[in-house]
Amino acid sequence: MQQATTAPGLDRSLAERISHETYYQTVFRRFRRHRPGFISLIFLGLMLLLIAVTPLLSPYGPNQITSAFSAMPSAEHWLGTDQVGRDMLTRLMTGSGISLFVALLATVVSTLLGVLLGLAAGYFGGWIDIIIMRVTDIVMSFPYLLLVLVAAAIFGPGMWNIVLILGFVNWPGMARLVRSNVMSLRGVNYVQGSQVAGMPTIYILFKEILPNTIAPVLIYATSVMAQTMLDEAALSFLGMGVQAPTASLGNLLNVAQSYTILETKPWMWLPPGLMTILLVVAVNFIGDALRDAFDPRNLQ
Amino acid sequence: MAEERKVLLRVENLRKYYPAHSQGLWPVKEFVKAVDDVSFDIYEGETLGLVGESGSGKSTVGRQLVALEKPDGGSILYRGTDLVKMSDRAIREIRREIQMVFQDPNSSLNPRKHIREILAEPMLHHKLVDKAGLDKALQELLDLVSLPRNTLGRYPYEFSGGQRQRLGIAKALSLQPKLLVLDEPVSALDVSIQAQILNLLRDLQKELKLTYLFIAHGLGAVHYISDRIAVMYLGKIMEVATGTELFCEPRHPYTLALKSADPLPDPARRGGLDIVLEGEVPSAVNPPSGCRFHTRCPYAEASCRTDVPPLVAVSNGDIPHLAACPVWQRQREARQ
Repeated sequence: MQQATTAPGLDRSLAERISHETYYQTVFRRFRRHRPGFISLIFLGLMLLLIAVTPLLSPYGPNQITSAFSAMPSAEHWLGTDQVGRDMLTRLMTGSGISLFVALLATVVSTLLGVLLGLAAGYFGGWIDIIIMRVTDIVMSFPYLLLVLVAAAIFGPGMWNIVLILGFVNWPGMARLVRSNVMSLRGVNYVQGSQVAGMPTIYILFKEILPNTIAPVLIYATSVMAQTMLDEAALSFLGMGVQAPTASLGNLLNVAQSYTILETKPWMWLPPGLMTILLVVAVNFIGDALRDAFDPRNLQ
Repeated sequence: MAEERKVLLRVENLRKYYPAHSQGLWPVKEFVKAVDDVSFDIYEGETLGLVGESGSGKSTVGRQLVALEKPDGGSILYRGTDLVKMSDRAIREIRREIQMVFQDPNSSLNPRKHIREILAEPMLHHKLVDKAGLDKALQELLDLVSLPRNTLGRYPYEFSGGQRQRLGIAKALSLQPKLLVLDEPVSALDVSIQAQILNLLRDLQKELKLTYLFIAHGLGAVHYISDRIAVMYLGKIMEVATGTELFCEPRHPYTLALKSADPLPDPARRGGLDIVLEGEVPSAVNPPSGCRFHTRCPYAEASCRTDVPPLVAVSNGDIPHLAACPVWQRQREARQ
């Protein structure tokens, strides 16, 4: 009972390796088994690589005006050009990069906010909990798009403002999720053991409780990110998001507001539309795969 | 060891009332009297068993000693200083000397950490070792609880229940405590493992001169490990005596009932007085008046319903035998 034994016949090094697998190694092994999720991860990685090399490989700058206006796809312009003669492929890749960047940053902002507020509300309880949760309710009770539009109107559109606005409206769900997790973990023996051991509150919050809520936080963050990408696209489409001439998936789609372009020049709006769908689907699949990989019923 | 007994921890009139809201249109604020006026001493180096049914408040007493619950009244004097009155900051240093071993070993180790982190971090925080001496200290801890030395790099899920409980004990010992509150440390384990853990606890007590408060719901394991035993019922202490006295000469009907409920290897050998209780433990929200046991006590008289019996010495031994049942004492004397 006191000796860790190895089953006879089982390769010792393999047994050692499996039994010493860290938590995240296990999660990654399980993540790979989720095919759509793993393919999505590869797709996303590939896109990031392409976005990164676009400035090096593309003969055109993203805002550079060439002599061909509204040109069909051709050997010089693989995805054609827009009305003022900018290369669509270059703009598509740059725009995807901007959109991903905005969504990621906004997700980081809302996740940090939500996790910190959720930790505080769940752990300390009492009036701290009441105040934080009422603020959460208030933010959640506003019509979402209206809130974002009004905020964009007040603070002015632009990439950094969009990051902050989307970050500041998306935290309540995360806060609630973390709070309920913390409340159940607060009564668990190892947390109470740390309290008995006189460990500082910061240690208990960030080294005992937080590592055990990382899984739902990550999973929820992917859905926040997918939602944020769509929100950014919507805002930019309406002209309240990332401002021209900077490209983003949303403001590339902006041209489709014109009927003639919608009907006769699909190369201007079809690629950014498809790209938005693909990226959002990929992020959602990654979330699915994470959910499966973190599921304790599948672990170990 | 009976010659020179020093009180390590004295509990006086400890109380814990939890608010309970009654159902209905006009909720009445009521209280669950989980611990109601409990007093006892723990002598240095002894094991005090604390026994009671679920809901008797025994775990709440233990949790109050390690400051997981804040008492609503009374005092906890550790080496003469009152822990209840101390500020949270000041209490942290002293708290190190009173550690706890939990009932469920599966949840007492953080599943995301190596054993090394679990054991090392509290020691480093309290500066009990420095980085250089850490490895030696960890090995010593593992040796104490007889776990192999390759344990450190592993995760809690890689261990069996008994091993985890050893780790739970090692974690508590890492802070070099004087007093260990053992909250039903073996009741979640297999019977064969229970004996191992009990023996381990005994050996550790001898080796490290520890004092134990051993909380349990049955008399079996407690009798094996304890020097003295306190019996609780509905938030009150009914009887305190040495293990042998409590078993051979219980002075409270409830103790006798507990003893009768304990299974014997050979039931034919059960002799003497036996009582079997009927009904359920009454609600702690509205505990019975007078003696709390009177609703189920076969010896109850009219006075039991009104008078709260005090916990008084009933024999003049070297170690006092306390019981809270004057009625039974009188009835016994009348019979003899």
